Order: sequence, then C-alpha cells, then structure tokens
Amino acid sequence: MSSSMLFNVTMVTYLVSTCIFFAYLASRNKAVGLAGTLSALFGFLVHTAAIALRWKESYDQGHGHAPLSNLFESVVFFSWTILLIYLIIDFKYKYRAVGFFVLPFALFGMAWANLSLESGIEPLVPALQSNWLMYHVITCFLGYAAFAVACGISIMYLIREKIEQGGGNAAAGGLLSMFPAIRVLDDLNYKAIMVGFPLLTLGIVTGAAWANYAWGTYWSWDPKETWSLIVWFVYAAFLHARITRGWVGRRAAILSVIGFAATIFCYLGVNLFLSGLHSYGK
Amino acid sequence: MTTNKRGVAQQLWDFFCSLRLTIFLLIGLALISIIGTVIPQGPPREYLATISETKAQVYSSLGFFDMYHSWWFILLLYLLTLNLICCSIKRLPRVWKIVSEPVLVMDERFESSLSNVAELKLRGTKQELKDKIAAALKAEFAQPVITEQDGQFYLFAQKNPWCRLGVYVVHFSIIIVFIGALIGSFFGYKAYVTIPEGAAATQVQARNGKMIDLGFGLRCEKFSVSFYDTGAPKEFKSILTVLENGQPVKGYQNIPCIVNEPLTYKGVTFYQSSYGQSEEGALYHLTVTNRKGGAPLHIDARQGERISLPGGAFVSVMDAAPDVHPFMKEFDGPGAQVEFTPAGGQPQSFVILSPKYDSFNAQHGGDLVLSFDGMDQKFYTGLQVARDPGVLVVWLGCFLMVAGIVMAFFMSHKRIWARITNEGATLGGSASKNPTGFEMSFEELVDKLNKA
Ligand code: HEM
Repeated sequence: MSSSMLFNVTMVTYLVSTCIFFAYLASRNKAVGLAGTLSALFGFLVHTAAIALRWKESYDQGHGHAPLSNLFESVVFFSWTILLIYLIIDFKYKYRAVGFFVLPFALFGMAWANLSLESGIEPLVPALQSNWLMYHVITCFLGYAAFAVACGISIMYLIREKIEQGGGNAAAGGLLSMFPAIRVLDDLNYKAIMVGFPLLTLGIVTGAAWANYAWGTYWSWDPKETWSLIVWFVYAAFLHARITRGWVGRRAAILSVIGFAATIFCYLGVNLFLSGLHSYGK
Repeated sequence: MTTNKRGVAQQLWDFFCSLRLTIFLLIGLALISIIGTVIPQGPPREYLATISETKAQVYSSLGFFDMYHSWWFILLLYLLTLNLICCSIKRLPRVWKIVSEPVLVMDERFESSLSNVAELKLRGTKQELKDKIAAALKAEFAQPVITEQDGQFYLFAQKNPWCRLGVYVVHFSIIIVFIGALIGSFFGYKAYVTIPEGAAATQVQARNGKMIDLGFGLRCEKFSVSFYDTGAPKEFKSILTVLENGQPVKGYQNIPCIVNEPLTYKGVTFYQSSYGQSEEGALYHLTVTNRKGGAPLHIDARQGERISLPGGAFVSVMDAAPDVHPFMKEFDGPGAQVEFTPAGGQPQSFVILSPKYDSFNAQHGGDLVLSFDGMDQKFYTGLQVARDPGVLVVWLGCFLMVAGIVMAFFMSHKRIWARITNEGATLGGSASKNPTGFEMSFEELVDKLNKA
C-alpha cells in the first residue's frame, strides 16, 4: 500500500461525502446528515494515515522530512486542516448542512493534488531545511482552513439572507430549514475567524522570524508576505466590522468571503502569477 | 467663533475615533498593497525593458517602484496609528473603569440589565447566608468582595477582569512593531559582501551602494557545496573566522555558516546567500609519464591553458570534476576532459582519471600516459549582512500581539453578584464572551448554592 493510493481513497471519500450532504439537503433526513459526517470522518482518518505514510516513505528514501515541502504536499495538508476544523465545528455544533458548503473546498484540493500535481517526494533544498518551516506552514494552513470554513458559512449566510428577503418560495423554504438561523451563521462565521485570525497572525510572525533567521530581514515586502498582510488586513477589517453599526451581518459576511479569496490568492495566485521567495508552485 | 473652532476640533476628533475610518483604512491598505505585488519593486532592468518610457516615468513619480516606502503608503500607516491611538484614548478609560472599579452592589436597576439572574431559596439569618454564599463563591468561583449598605449584604466576585484589556494590548502591540521597524530603518542596515576563500573583508556594501565599515574583519577559510544524488543542491557552507585587528577572535574561529544557520558577531549577522568560482579559476594537477621510462612529470594547469609536453605534444584541460562517479559509474575519484595534441598530429579529446586507473589512462596519448591527480578550486562566498537593532522590539510587539489576541478572543471576564434577601439571595452574572457557555456554568453554580 502506498500513500498515493490512500490519497486517492481520501479524494473519493470526500466526493461521496459531498454527495451525501447534497442528498441530506434534498431529503432533510437526519440519518443522511449523520452519514455525511461519518463519511467525512472516515475520509479524514484515511487522509491522516496517508500523510503519515508519506512521511515514513520520505524516511525510507533516506532524506526524511515532514510532508510540507512542495505544492502537492501543501495542498494535501491544506485539505487535511480544512477537514480538521470542519469536523471540530461539526462535532461541537452539529449543523450538518455546513458540510455541503465546506467539504467541496477539501475535495477540490485533493482532486487537484491527485490529478494534476507533481507528487514525487523530493529532498529539501537548503532554504527549507529549518524547523521554522514546520511552525510556519502548520500555523498558516490551520489559519487558512479556518478561513475556508468561515467562507463556506458566510456563503450560507448570504444565501439564507437572500432567500429570506425574497419572501421565500416553498422549495427554498425547505432548503432553509436545513440551514442554521441567520444569527447562528453570523456567530459561527465569527467563531471560525476567531480561530483563524490568531493562527494567521502566528503564521505571519513565524514566517517573519524564519526570514529574519535565514535572510536577515523579518519583512521584505516580497509578494507572498505582502499578500499575507493583505489577508490579515481584510480579517482585521472583518473583526472591526462586527462591532460597527451598518457593517454587521451582510457586509461582514462579504468581507469573510473576500478574505478567503485573498487567502487563496496568497497561497496559490502569488506563485502562479507573481514572483518571489516562496518556492511552492514553481 | 470659539464654538465653531471647538466644533471643528470635535469633528476631527470624532473622525479619528471612528471605527468606520478603521475599516476604511484597513481595506484601503489591503487594496493599495496589491500594487506593489503586481509591479516589481526596485524594478529589475528586464522588467523596465518591457514597459514604455512614459509608463516607467509615471510609475516612478507615483512611487510605484518602491511603494511600501512611498509617502502615501507611509501616510496611511500613520493615519492608522493615529486612528488607533485616538480610539484607545477614547475607550480605554471606560474599560479601565470596569476593570479597576467594578460595580460591587447589584441594585434592582442593575439587576435588570443582567441576562443571568436567579433567586435562591435558603434558610438562615442574613449574616449566616452571607457567610455561606461567600464561602461557596470562593470555593466554586472566586473570592468575593462583601459590601454592607443600608443593612443589606452585597457580594461580588469576578474572574479574568484584565482580559478586557486584551484588545488594547493588541493595538498597543501594533504601535510597538512600528517603533521597532522605525528603529531598524534609522539605525540598521542591509548589505552584501563577497569574500574569496582565504581572504578577509572589513567593509560591506549597503543596498544603496555605500560602503560600511564593519569595525572588524571576516575571513572566509573555506567554502563548499554539496549535492543530493538527484543533482539538487543540499548544502552551501562557508567556514568563517572573525578577526579583530587582524587576529582571530576566540570562539569565532572556523565557524560554519550555512543557509538557515547564520553567524552573528557584535550585532551584525552574516547569512549564507550565494557563491561562485573566484576569478582565478581552478588549478588542475596532472602527472605525465613516458612509457619508455624516466621520472614522471607533474604539471599544474589552469582551464584551457595550453601546456607543452616533452616530445613536442601539447595538452590542455577543458573540464574537470572532483569525482567522476555520477557520470562514469565504474569509476570514482577525480577526472578531467583533456585536449591532447601529439607532436605534428591532430588534437584529440579524451577523459583521463586518477593514477589508480592508469590502464584506462594508457588508452590514449601515444608515448605518454596522462593521469589526473585532482584539482584545487577556489570559491568565493556571498554573504548577506544585516544589522537591525529594532528586531527585539518587533518581536516584543509580535509576542504582545499574539498574547493580546488570545486574551481578547479566548478569555472571558466573568462576574457574579449576590444580594442577600430575607428568603435567601438573588444572584446575577455576566460574561464578556461566550454567553451560552457562561449561562451553563451560571446554572450549575445556582444549583450548587441551592444545595449548600
Ligand atoms: C486604525 C487602527 C485601529 C483602530 C482605531 C481600532 C479600534 C478598535 C476598537 C475601538 C475595538 C473595539 C474595542 C472594544 O470592544 O471596546 C477594536 C477591537 C479589536 N481590534 Fe482594533 N483597531 C485598529 C486596528 C487593529 C488592527 C490592525 C488589528 C489587528 C490585529 C486590530 C485588532 C483588533 C481585535 C482583535 C479586536 C477585538 C475584536 C473582537 O473582540 O471581536 N485592530 N479595535
């Protein structure tokens, strides 16, 4: 058994799980919702095993390092963290409908990694041979994942608000009954960002510490750094929007969606469209 | 007139105290920052060649080529700081009052503002009830303060009052980071130096081209680079020695400096950054033996240099490697590609190896057998040099920021009041975060007190 086989199983499980969540929204059957969560949990366990196995495989090849060193590994880890945060929220609040809006992010990540990214295990180039890499990558990605969950919830918020304002026809009303109340969505959004924001802050700080340690400047306005700061600004704006009249609710939800779009650009767009120090995606 | 003036000042003050301005500035900074990620900063020549002259001029006059240091970007940062300070001045006293002068007495009006209130039915005199509830609060929650007013007893207990200050710690930390950055930009520098193996440097070149005296010397004893089997670089390493007045400094001799492991001396840090072959190039060592006998001849040659051999032949080394194993699996040790010209013949190109493989070497060369003893290659090392006295201040700010965020997000100021009545007591509670969680623990507390 190889890790890449397990990654494929993970991908298929997330696909199945997304379909089950869709069926749940359509059927409004509680058992189906539970099946969705359980299948997501199963996928998460396989996913975890696959990452551990890949880590071991790198040792077998003689240059062992944590599987966080190239685009493939980072996308896989990103999907893993999304599931982690999602499952925690699901376990705590049990709003099953959230799954349909969050799992696709993880599914998309796994599909992209498995189907089109270079998956070979490479030895570490000198710049990445540092423990800071682990701290930096783990905090950043946990933060990104929390933002992904917040984005899914914000989309639900915007849909629910739209339907409620439109008076609501029967089918839409049925769908709504599966959604948490608008106040709850707003609160969940805030809670997810409350987890993501400190992690992103830590991610930026550890990145700065590493840069200072390795290159002698904690901040050099490299495009990746700048984009992480942009993301940070957007979520700081979100936090303040929530305590400002006129910005609560819809605008805060839109900021959360914009924040995640900026996050994704920071993570992928910078490497694909701009140039800089960070080597992922090259 | 005066009222008008005060009106303007008041308006200005309100403007800088407004959270709307905060949101505007944060989103504005986010949007504006994008420019510098799209337009290369301190632009490389290749980029300038791709845009028209007018465009380059417009960008340059707008400060787009160094936008994060342009006046308008800095101005936005100052506005943010001003906004932050004004907001804090306006709100901090109120929060400070909650922390330092808690409401000790829950009267009926205050009670109606609380979301968690419960009536306790207990028996006993007021004195007994007061002691009982005080003891229970101390055991279950926190040490209460007891106030006697108009013959009534009031109790107040709280947890984590200072976490209300978390937000202000975050905001203060941002100012500290700015101060650290300013210290760095006024009193620090970023520079670069290249040192050939065996040589020493006492000056480094700053980004703006100025030469800066280190006040000490740095000698590169040796540079080496190693590779993975795949050919990807594995490690760049400089062995460095710090010199004071030309003499090695104890504890700073032969220090390896690799990527991610810099060398710091007197606040100046050296980072392995690049390397290259020093200008004089490598020196190759060859041995020539005559098949007909005679003492072997040792030759030193530089790349491409045409060396005349006994008997009228010539040889030059075209290329060489310290180890041929990656290219020629059956062999190891040094090897060289040479061009050999026999006396009066055509040049021929072939590979020679170390004397260990002389049967291999004997395939070419006519009367002569050439073998390759190895090479001395001189590198120079390229080091980034940085001095930043503000860095510790920045780390202090970062630490405070994370601590403040944790305080603001994950800690809750919880307060419990009690008023002793004739039939028992009235209990009230509030928390600054997580109302549902607090409601549950409040109910638990009420249960315990009812049983007490
Ligand atoms: C112009 C700059 C800023 C101003 C004027 C400002 C002002 C404020 C104010 C008035 C509050 C509400 C405090 C309260 O609840 O009493 C607040 C909350 C907060 N601010 Fe700022 N702020 C600024 C920038 C920032 C930045 C850049 C950050 C980034 C870390 C930040 C992080 C926070 C956090 C985490 C909270 C708590 C929000 C919550 O509890 O939901 N602030 N800010």
